[in-house]
Amino acid sequence: MSTTAYLVGLGAAGAAALLGAILPARRRLFGAALLSAAACLAALAGAGRVLVSGHPFSLHTAQVLPLTGVDLSLDPLGALFVATTAVVGLAAACYSVGYGAHATPSRTATAALPAFLATLLLVPAAASVATFMVAWELMALTSLLALLTEHRRRPETRDAAQWYAAMTHVGAAAILLGLVLLATHAGGQTFSAIAAHRGRRSVPLTSAVFVLTLLGFASKAGAVPLHVWLPRAHPEAPSPISALMSGAMVNLGIYGILRVGEDLLGGGQLWWWLLVAALGVVSAVFGALHAAASTDTKRLLAYSTVDNVGLVLVGVGAAGALAAGGERLLAGLVLLAALFHLVNHALFKGCLFLGAGALQHAAGTRDLDRLGGLARKMPATAVLFAVGALSISALPGLNGFASEWLLLQGLLHGFASHSATTEAALLSGVAALAITGGLTATAFVKALGVGFLGQPRTEGARGAREVGPSMLAGMALLAGGCVVLGVVPGVALPVLDRAAAAGLPGGAPSALRVGLGLDLASLHGAIEPVLLVTGLLAGILVIWGALRLAPRHAELRRPRRAEAWGCGRELQTARMEITATSFAEPLQRVFADVLRPDHDLEVTHAAESRYFPEAISFHQRVDDAIERVAYGPVIAAVAWWGRLARRVPNGSVHRYLAFGFAALVLILVVLA
Amino acid sequence: MTATFADVATLSAASPGLWARAGASVLQVAAVAAGGPLLLGLMGKVRARAEGRIGPPITQGLWDLRKLLRKEAIRAEHTSAVAALAPLVLVASAALAAAVTPLVTTGPVVAGGADVFVVVYLLLMGSVALALGGLDAGTAFGGMGSSRAMTIGAISEPALLVGILALAVQAHTSNLPGIVAASLAHPGWLASPQRLLALAALVVVVIAETGRIPVDNPSTHLELTMIHEAMILEYAGSDLALVTVGEAMRLGLLLGLVANLFFPWGVEGSGGGLAILIGLVVLGAKTATLAALIALVEVSTAKLRLFRVPELLAGGFVLAVVAVTTGLVAR
Repeated sequence: MSTTAYLVGLGAAGAAALLGAILPARRRLFGAALLSAAACLAALAGAGRVLVSGHPFSLHTAQVLPLTGVDLSLDPLGALFVATTAVVGLAAACYSVGYGAHATPSRTATAALPAFLATLLLVPAAASVATFMVAWELMALTSLLALLTEHRRRPETRDAAQWYAAMTHVGAAAILLGLVLLATHAGGQTFSAIAAHRGRRSVPLTSAVFVLTLLGFASKAGAVPLHVWLPRAHPEAPSPISALMSGAMVNLGIYGILRVGEDLLGGGQLWWWLLVAALGVVSAVFGALHAAASTDTKRLLAYSTVDNVGLVLVGVGAAGALAAGGERLLAGLVLLAALFHLVNHALFKGCLFLGAGALQHAAGTRDLDRLGGLARKMPATAVLFAVGALSISALPGLNGFASEWLLLQGLLHGFASHSATTEAALLSGVAALAITGGLTATAFVKALGVGFLGQPRTEGARGAREVGPSMLAGMALLAGGCVVLGVVPGVALPVLDRAAAAGLPGGAPSALRVGLGLDLASLHGAIEPVLLVTGLLAGILVIWGALRLAPRHAELRRPRRAEAWGCGRELQTARMEITATSFAEPLQRVFADVLRPDHDLEVTHAAESRYFPEAISFHQRVDDAIERVAYGPVIAAVAWWGRLARRVPNGSVHRYLAFGFAALVLILVVLA
Repeated sequence: MTATFADVATLSAASPGLWARAGASVLQVAAVAAGGPLLLGLMGKVRARAEGRIGPPITQGLWDLRKLLRKEAIRAEHTSAVAALAPLVLVASAALAAAVTPLVTTGPVVAGGADVFVVVYLLLMGSVALALGGLDAGTAFGGMGSSRAMTIGAISEPALLVGILALAVQAHTSNLPGIVAASLAHPGWLASPQRLLALAALVVVVIAETGRIPVDNPSTHLELTMIHEAMILEYAGSDLALVTVGEAMRLGLLLGLVANLFFPWGVEGSGGGLAILIGLVVLGAKTATLAALIALVEVSTAKLRLFRVPELLAGGFVLAVVAVTTGLVAR
């Protein structure tokens, strides 16, 4: 049953890609989106059944791939990722109808989204090294194609695509190397054969495999310092694709780490997981700082993805470390919290990326400094974006708070493990969580306050109109998920419990009691978001009602409108409003050592006297310091090598013949 | 739901009935709502006396509120629903935090959900609401105030969370009644180095979160130095009354929280009428002492430059991290 539903979903997504490529221009968009949505629903049904029943399925066909055949298997861990992808995919498919409607989209653009979706659904079900690598590469290629669809409109897209292609292929090469190394020593290339061979491999071998695959998976997940493609690719991709990349694709990096580290290698060494946690801590803090300093909506969201992936990695690393120390209950709790945060991140970040796309669609720009006042022009988008922004800021009653609280609880109770190195990792995890909390709130108050409140700063923002119903429906689906999982987080627990147990070798006992809220039965700690939300709404209503009803004079009951205070000056203009750049300036100055902003001040003087400036221009850029420091030299070296190599082929046929001869001689010498 | 509370009930000494707990929560909200402005009045009085002035009476804050409530609320043109909602959310979140914190009794109504991180994030909710409200009118001052307030909030949050973690690790729970009950059971903890370090960190945070000198000057109206006052410049009448009372409640709540986490004696667990009355008086005395101490610090120090404030807060964060480490090493 679950097998059929899943395969139908996969097939429908493939068919949608085909339909997008062959249908006539008018029907193309709608047809592909409809079939993609159906594919997501079918895949969700299949994955949901695996999650609810806890019974995995697996199948093998020899027909599709030569030599190895295709192995598919879906256990609760993989099913959680398929289900998350399906929900984000459903919203993105729905949204894409309105998003593409303003200009007839090309065949490639229409086909790319379902094709990308199909590969995203396929990866978590791949159950052999060959199948996994094929699915992984297909995902890389389709996402690259999807990223490039708007390259005619924005030349920066090509630059972003180059970065993405380079990073993703270096990562894939590392994963391939690691998995092949593993498969040759395991006596089989299916995951079940490798997992059955767990205890019989040497530590140096498994460590090499783990580090190689971690390199690849961390670059897909966007962990610092392998994150450089993310703040370039996510902003340049069309918004439904950005939502899928951030809400579904980066998750698969986490999936890969869990699948290889825990399932195939069986947990392994403590230091592996400390390394993962360290990557997480650095990513979380670095991502949050850059998100707080960014003024481009989608760049801000991309850095915030780095931040959230970091938090998930902290959880995964802490879970692995606790499991390596034999603390199964705590390991299960922390892994559950990490997976919960990952699902929540998919929901709110998907919603926010779709919202950012709506902004760009309506106002023509993603730059916060050029937006403003959009809450009055597009109230529905504003409310849905606000739900996402407040969820990610971890305000109680929304899903970000539920998973961050659970992660904090897991780390807090992990201190009972009595292993000094694990405790150091847990403490840095809590510190990272604490540092990112306030920074994330600042970043999203900026996005929400500067983008949607105040007065419009440009003509584009002034002329913005509310986006169409299909785009709103896509955002509303994800925002609704944020609210439901925030108010009654308990409903997700049974499913998450199964996924977390499947993610740890040998399973893990459940630390949580089933209910509407979150309750750590034996560990003492609980929250009841339903009561909190009820209390908050009741409080607001009571105060509002009292202020409306209590005054005796009628004019006190309704507030009067008047011009804002302008220091005695009349006429406030939008030029006087604070911009996103100015909003972030204090934080940027505080963290100048990490962010390293570039300033460029140019003063032109009047011809008469140098004491009277005629014009002052100030430019500021916050580039990625890691990109400059770590990647600059590598790129320079590759470019130098390229220039050197260019000297070799100078067009002379004689020289090429000589090369051929030399190569032949060399081969003969080597073989002899 | 009753199953949820069972554990906490065993942690705290007794489990009063639902109505008694609801009554206790309402009492706590009322105590914080009335006590917050009084604490502000007390701080003003202490400052005035230390400077050789007589100063306004301690009840001045309450009279100001009465005056503001009798004036009409004026909102700036172009503001959205955020400007109207922000003061309501500020007061409601502070009230909810006061209802779940064990201030007078360890058995408030949602004891099972009375988590210290819930209180921290409810306070964050109020801060976010005010910052968004500051941006809503689209004026230069409001935005500048929001930016500065969020910056300081972002840097004080880590010190707050990690400082609290030091206590939670010691008590093996982040459940507030649980921490208070565990502290009562182990009086020796009060003098432990991790508690003292955490106390120092949290005092820095309380000063920053409530906008006192040396972080912010609550009595300034000079553009360049304003943080909080810039953010709320557009509020008038009943809106301003709400913002004022909300801020006072946050001060009272934070002082009460610090007082009960570090000096838990007098918090009543059994729920009897007389015991609650005693708890109320003890809470008043503890918070008044802390408020007076902060006021004395305010008189004797100058306000820091905005860009020196992060150094103070980073110091608080380091103290908190050292507190947790000390606790782990000492175990």
